[in-house]
Amino acid sequence: MQFMLLFSRQGKLRLQKWYVPLSDKEKKKITRELVQTVLARKPKMCSFLEWRDLKIVYKRYASLYFCCAIEDQDNELITLEIIHRYVELLDKYFGSVCELDIIFNFEKAYFILDEFLLGGEAQETSKKNVLKAIEQADLLQENIDFQMRLFAGNFGGKPNNPCCSIRSVALDVNSPPQGQQKQHPSNINTDFEVTGLLFSLISQPSCLK
Amino acid sequence: MPAVSKGDGMRGLAVFISDIRNCKSKEAEIKRINKELANIRSKFKGDKALDGYSKKKYVCKLLFIFLLGHDIDFGHMEAVNLLSSNKYTEKQIGYLFISVLVNSNSELIRLINNAIKNDLSSRNPTFMCLALHCIANVGSREMAEAFASEIPRILVAGDTMDSVKQSAALCLLRLYKTSPDLVLMGEWTSRVVHLLNDQHMGVVTAAISLITCLSQKNPDEFKTCVSLAVSRLSRIVSSASTDLQDYTYYFVPAPWLSCKLLRLLQCYPPPEDGAVKGRLVECLETILNKAQEPPKSKKVQHSNAKNAILFEAISLIIHYDSEPNLLVRACNQLGQFLQHRETNLRYLALESMCTLASSEFSHEAVKTHIETVINALKTERDVSVRQRAADLLYAMCDRSNAKQIVAEMLSYLETADYSIREEMVLKVAILAEKYAVDYSWYVDTILNLIRIAGDYVSEEVWYRVIQIVINRDDVQGYAAKTVFEALQAPACHENMVKVGGYILGEFGNLIAGDPRSSPLVQFNLLHSKFHLCSVPTRALLLSAYIKFINLFPETKSTIQEVLRSDSQIRNSDVELQQRAVEYLKLSSIASTDVLATVLEEMPPFPERESSILAKLKKKKGPGAVSVSELEEGKREGGELNGGSDRGADTAAMAASNASTPSPQADLLGLRSTAPVGSAAPSAGSLLVDVFSEAGPATPSAAVNDDGFLSSAPPSEDPAPPLSEADELLNKFVCKNNGVLFENQLLQIGIKSEYRQNLGRMYLFYGNKTSVQFASFTTTVSCPGDLQSHILYMQEHFVEPLVEGGAQVQQVLNIECLTDFCDAPLLNIKFRYGGALQNLTLKLPVTINKFFQPTEMASHDFFQRWKQLSQPQQEAQKIFKANHSMDTEVLKAKLLGLGTALLDNVDPNPENYVCAGVIQTKNQQVGCLLRLEPNAQAQVLSHTHTHTHTHTHTNLYSCL
Repeated sequence: MQFMLLFSRQGKLRLQKWYVPLSDKEKKKITRELVQTVLARKPKMCSFLEWRDLKIVYKRYASLYFCCAIEDQDNELITLEIIHRYVELLDKYFGSVCELDIIFNFEKAYFILDEFLLGGEAQETSKKNVLKAIEQADLLQENIDFQMRLFAGNFGGKPNNPCCSIRSVALDVNSPPQGQQKQHPSNINTDFEVTGLLFSLISQPSCLK
Repeated sequence: MPAVSKGDGMRGLAVFISDIRNCKSKEAEIKRINKELANIRSKFKGDKALDGYSKKKYVCKLLFIFLLGHDIDFGHMEAVNLLSSNKYTEKQIGYLFISVLVNSNSELIRLINNAIKNDLSSRNPTFMCLALHCIANVGSREMAEAFASEIPRILVAGDTMDSVKQSAALCLLRLYKTSPDLVLMGEWTSRVVHLLNDQHMGVVTAAISLITCLSQKNPDEFKTCVSLAVSRLSRIVSSASTDLQDYTYYFVPAPWLSCKLLRLLQCYPPPEDGAVKGRLVECLETILNKAQEPPKSKKVQHSNAKNAILFEAISLIIHYDSEPNLLVRACNQLGQFLQHRETNLRYLALESMCTLASSEFSHEAVKTHIETVINALKTERDVSVRQRAADLLYAMCDRSNAKQIVAEMLSYLETADYSIREEMVLKVAILAEKYAVDYSWYVDTILNLIRIAGDYVSEEVWYRVIQIVINRDDVQGYAAKTVFEALQAPACHENMVKVGGYILGEFGNLIAGDPRSSPLVQFNLLHSKFHLCSVPTRALLLSAYIKFINLFPETKSTIQEVLRSDSQIRNSDVELQQRAVEYLKLSSIASTDVLATVLEEMPPFPERESSILAKLKKKKGPGAVSVSELEEGKREGGELNGGSDRGADTAAMAASNASTPSPQADLLGLRSTAPVGSAAPSAGSLLVDVFSEAGPATPSAAVNDDGFLSSAPPSEDPAPPLSEADELLNKFVCKNNGVLFENQLLQIGIKSEYRQNLGRMYLFYGNKTSVQFASFTTTVSCPGDLQSHILYMQEHFVEPLVEGGAQVQQVLNIECLTDFCDAPLLNIKFRYGGALQNLTLKLPVTINKFFQPTEMASHDFFQRWKQLSQPQQEAQKIFKANHSMDTEVLKAKLLGLGTALLDNVDPNPENYVCAGVIQTKNQQVGCLLRLEPNAQAQVLSHTHTHTHTHTHTNLYSCL
């Protein structure tokens, strides 16, 4: 795999991981081009497309697009499942992950990705093992950062539902791109459905299309 | 607002992110960011030392700002400081920052590498993994220099934790990809292969990516991985879905590992060991069988994972291309997918079938799906799927279905997406030419192409149709009629006008008998389009008009009037004005005879490979085609332009070429319009076509004394040709078998045979040592523009290993397209001991190899001799004989040259007279040769041939 991009329906880049050396300028150009191309595609279209001399594999989960660039000989379907496994990992870690979790905890999203993929190749495909590695790391900082923690809670569970507080906060600052934010209550509801509970729908096949 | 997640909380960061998200405009966001940057900068610069937590928080903020797309030019030092923190969370953020924002500042790199080194030797697996992740993410050369030797040690050490091994394997892979020269193979390589047997599935999954990459570059050193991979695969494929616990994904056992194993096997030919092969075939069959079983889950993840393995297995089957049974089964399986409701599967099935179509075993099986594929082209809603369908149609096309496929592609073109039109046009043009049974169908197809998608018809395409029409007189009348009809349309594409103008100008006379297409009607039709056309087209039309004056004298006054009009003769465009002036003058002062000579029908074009193919290759994207191929494409394009300028404008138009010293002479078209005796080349009749124009290459006056000592292409990679090899080479001018080259290591023998314009050469590489040669590769290249003169098909690649004392054989197929001068180069590379041997030889392929001897009587000989007396057709040279002038030896040599030695022809019995025809793909070149030895051992050689001096050159080199 050459790179992986996560971006929102509004075209905002949420995570970028490059496995080949490229200049910042080139990275920005590629991102712009791909975001545009992928967003322009209709829902029922196939998840693969040829782009330059690479193959793009992408999939939309609620408001977030996961997009990987692979080489000619790489396998498209297994890449699609790499994406899915990553989503599962995020979901398990954050507990019904949503776009906001990735925005506010972007460093975690990177750490999880590094445990799962390294140098563009699957390093560990077992969900249990990846999460174990992350939890061990968390345990390390748990001990060290005890005094820093706002919510002193039991480790292992979702820490005092901080995500809920994010979410309720986030709703106010949610979704529409800066500049055209409107506070229609009804809007908030739809946003909540689409953007807020991003992956909590993960078990429903309809979302996984 | 605070946001806290598991592990650590950085309240300040969460507040900052919320702030950014609350910004109502881009400007507000930038303002907020600048405020934050100023704050962080002052904190970093402040006198008060920051604690680790604050440092981490600010570094993390910088990272966030960078990821938003803003530039960050400070903070690197603080991030590096974090690396040596003993708090894991600070270290982790430091590494993340470095990974994302690496800077090649040498001072920093040194510090970073130091920190990494400390962590690698910490023996704390979590820290080691962090350091390895960082190396893998950055992958810079400096890091490779520092760690390329350390990481293999970590990878194969017995006491390394599994998770560290996994990271080390992929970290090494990344370094190998960026700096292969720094990762040295060694004792660790064999131990890496055995990681395929590791108990821990995760270790295998990670290691196999590394092994695959290394195998591609060093297949021999990793050969043992094949049997290991097969047994591992076999265990997975036959396991129950629960056996592998957490490595089972939606009821599919270890899909990632399975795919990687199948991928690794594609680096090698089918296993030679019968048992291993049997086991592998069994696996592949099981995978194909499983595809038929009912799904264990309705989830798309289940079917994706299962089919990912299936497609990878099919790729392997195609790669082997040796199991007809499996190939046909694969094809049937893909056939089912063609109608699957999942768009993704339809897409992949079309893509995969494309490669199946090129296998002889499955081509027919693929063809049975033609209706489905055509249907896909018509009904798929996704352009990328339609594109795949078009690709597949192109791949499955052969003589039996060409008409149907071309018709379907044409009709699709009417509604095709703009993004793929040009490629479609090229494909239709190629198929139409390749599988044309009758050329009227070809002409119809191309004219349709121009009508439907004129904008996307590149020059190559319409040049090509003209070349073919000119070269085939059976289609000329039809082409004239068709193009005349096509031009009737009220709006027709400019490309149509170009083709129309050219063809009517040449062959309008063939349809002039019909009053509906009388000369004047033709002219008026063309001229009605004139004003709508661009300058180049107008120029072409003017040439067509002057040709009309020659073809149809009755149109002379009308055309002269047009030429005389101010809009022509005073046209602001220099080219048009010049043409108008010159044509007007030419038509009024030249006699009909002169006109007929100057405006003679174009001679046939030299046959050459369609440059449309090159264009299509280029179109496929720069990454897909290697640079050399691209250059070749460009060169061909250039040549074609050169060639077609000649065609499109007639040589008379060279008048406009400022560099021509005597435009008047060119205007008379002496060169290109030499009388064409009988244009149709036929193998039976000798020397009939000696007058035909050879091609766009201008005859060069310089005669190179030694055809083999031609300059080799300046290339970095292959060694320059050996000079002593040239002497060895000269021996082969008159013989076909022998030893081409020999040194202490290697002997190369040659056996070759030639028939007409085709040749086959067997090369025997003998290893004279007792040590095996590794990475033995040979490549044949054609320096300069030789490519377009001679065609190579390398049939068998040699094995990369040549055992001591062993001999390997390679077969080369050669086709002579037009005459040529330089010899092709053979580059041989291998490793002997550790050292790379690299040598380049010239292959003894000379033009005389394609000689066919011809017997003729004295009378015939001298009659032809006299006919061929124009300066460029004649060459003579006096040279000293190097060897004694033994009659028998000389005779044998002349016969070896390939010509017929004619006795009793020359009045002087001392002289030798030879005749032969050089067979090239495009034409036959008659050659007459006379040697006049004298007492001082000097030889006057006199040849009369076709215009090309190369021929002479090579003929001389043997004496």
